[in-house]
Amino acid sequence: MNLAYRDIKHNLLRFVLTNFGLSLLLGIVIMITGVYGGLIDDALRQARAANADLWVVEAGTNGPFAEASRIPGDTRELVSRVYGIERAGSVTYQSVQTVLNDRPLRLFLIGYESGRPGGPRELAEGREIMRSHYEMVVDRSAGLMIGQEVPLGTHGHKFTVVGLMRNELTSSGDPVAYITLRDAQTLQFEAAPPAARRELARGGGLETNNQINAVIAKVSPFVQVNEVATALSRWKHLSALTQEQQETLLSKFVIEHARKQQGLIMVLLVIVSAVIIALIIYTLTMDKVRSIATLKFVGAPDRTIVGLIVQQALSMGIFGYVVGLALVLVFKPYFPRRLVLDPEAVGIVFFITIVVCLLASTLGIRLALKVDPAEALASSG
Amino acid sequence: MTALSKQPVVRVEHLSKTFGEGTARVEALRDINMEVFPGEVVGLMGPSGSGKTTLLHCIACILEPSTGRITLDNEVVYDGRWLKTDLRRLRLDKIGFIFQYPNLLPFLDGSDNVAIAMHLAGLGAAAARSRAIELLDYLEVGHRKHALPKQLSGGEAQRVAIARALANRPRIILADEPTAPLDSARARIVMDLLRRIAVEQDAAIIVVTHDEMILDRFDHIFHLRDGRLEERKLLDLRNSATV
Repeated sequence: MNLAYRDIKHNLLRFVLTNFGLSLLLGIVIMITGVYGGLIDDALRQARAANADLWVVEAGTNGPFAEASRIPGDTRELVSRVYGIERAGSVTYQSVQTVLNDRPLRLFLIGYESGRPGGPRELAEGREIMRSHYEMVVDRSAGLMIGQEVPLGTHGHKFTVVGLMRNELTSSGDPVAYITLRDAQTLQFEAAPPAARRELARGGGLETNNQINAVIAKVSPFVQVNEVATALSRWKHLSALTQEQQETLLSKFVIEHARKQQGLIMVLLVIVSAVIIALIIYTLTMDKVRSIATLKFVGAPDRTIVGLIVQQALSMGIFGYVVGLALVLVFKPYFPRRLVLDPEAVGIVFFITIVVCLLASTLGIRLALKVDPAEALASSG
Repeated sequence: MTALSKQPVVRVEHLSKTFGEGTARVEALRDINMEVFPGEVVGLMGPSGSGKTTLLHCIACILEPSTGRITLDNEVVYDGRWLKTDLRRLRLDKIGFIFQYPNLLPFLDGSDNVAIAMHLAGLGAAAARSRAIELLDYLEVGHRKHALPKQLSGGEAQRVAIARALANRPRIILADEPTAPLDSARARIVMDLLRRIAVEQDAAIIVVTHDEMILDRFDHIFHLRDGRLEERKLLDLRNSATV
């Protein structure tokens, strides 16, 4: 005879309503896990999208994602000639904000050389960039359609969306868009007409915009990547980062603050959940003091009483977790940033929930074990 | 009615119980001696605070006396200290308890409220349920076996509670004012039932009561006053009850 099940069945509505709140709380914990997973995944995807073995950047900098890196546009030719380099491509990175249909649109623009490393990995819809100007491949999360035109830059050039990607976002949640390197350089380094006129009037002349942020290189499988990196680093104006170093930079340092903030929120939520679960179990136990006293009086061993409370605590945890997870899965597509629910992380949340339930139930168990069987004799109805 | 040749099922010798120390010391029970034989129904009466419940708790092994000796079903369980380590098991096997209020578990139906006592004693679920239904039929509430406590009338709930007390065939049944929440007609029915159980199950029944309308249902009446016990003549009590 399972007393916990019978008690829950008897007070089913109360159990469901009480636990719904807990479900929301656990749902938020799971959601934060998803946001955290999304943050890491987006950051790594950004680096992995380039499919690079080496990142050649400005000397003394940590590359285009961690800090500003500006190198001459012909660096790619230099890099290509280094022993061990199979292919190389120039890239630029910049965040832009434009207005489309009276609504702001933020994009992370990547300029790349068609047919060289650094371009989009996989298209979900449409085609790659074929023309040398004003075409764009963008992530679906931007809400753009194939054929739609997006004004960019100080001159308001209109870029036509020709391809759509899936799950290509920056660690801050901005959709990634690819354009040609030439267009990207123009957008990044082209001065607005008044600024250009002022510069001419000053006698400064027009600055070249043939600059890039990094060179992405593929290394021959027969040559050690580190050896090539060392060779490249001999040039005093360049630094070379391996893909592993780039990923470490992105996942550990660039998003470190966001990671810590989310970790702190997670810890706080787990503590709040523990307190709430403990209070619910304590209150449920308080409501059952007379029944517990009666059970003890008729000869129930402590393990029966402990079992009743622990089973109810675990039921609450499992119910809360399952409903919380279901809510997250249902509302995931509507969440403003990408949630990545890693099975391992979700499993850890489940494990933590169970541990928290067991710890929280100790308060109720303490109360229950203290109940004097004589309380069953107390003369109240 | 009482087979005096039999051994008493409950024997209390020189039992005392004190609470507190120094000026706060209260002697709840003083040198109590009593015997209850199988088949007997005895009443325990006295004003509030006289020590009735304390005595019942001591016999039920949920309150440790200060001095004295308690023998239950020919087994000395207390002699200056508890001689049994597993008092829970002792209560489960030898003692049935009927509370002033039925104290049924609200989340179990009638038959499960009875079966739980047998289940705790180690009886299988099917056997426990079968005997529970048998007991409910015996107490004429078998038709309410699936009803939850809140769906039972006061009398029905008290019968289910009695069935639970009888579940493990205890030799001792302790009842704390079992008729208090019932009207006089139902109170008499419950007392008649207890009498029948005492005889049919050869059990000793001790009933704490204030109800003088049921005095004629007892074989003996013990009267507690200021922690001291005196056996009262039933005739005197019955006469005083009718005055």
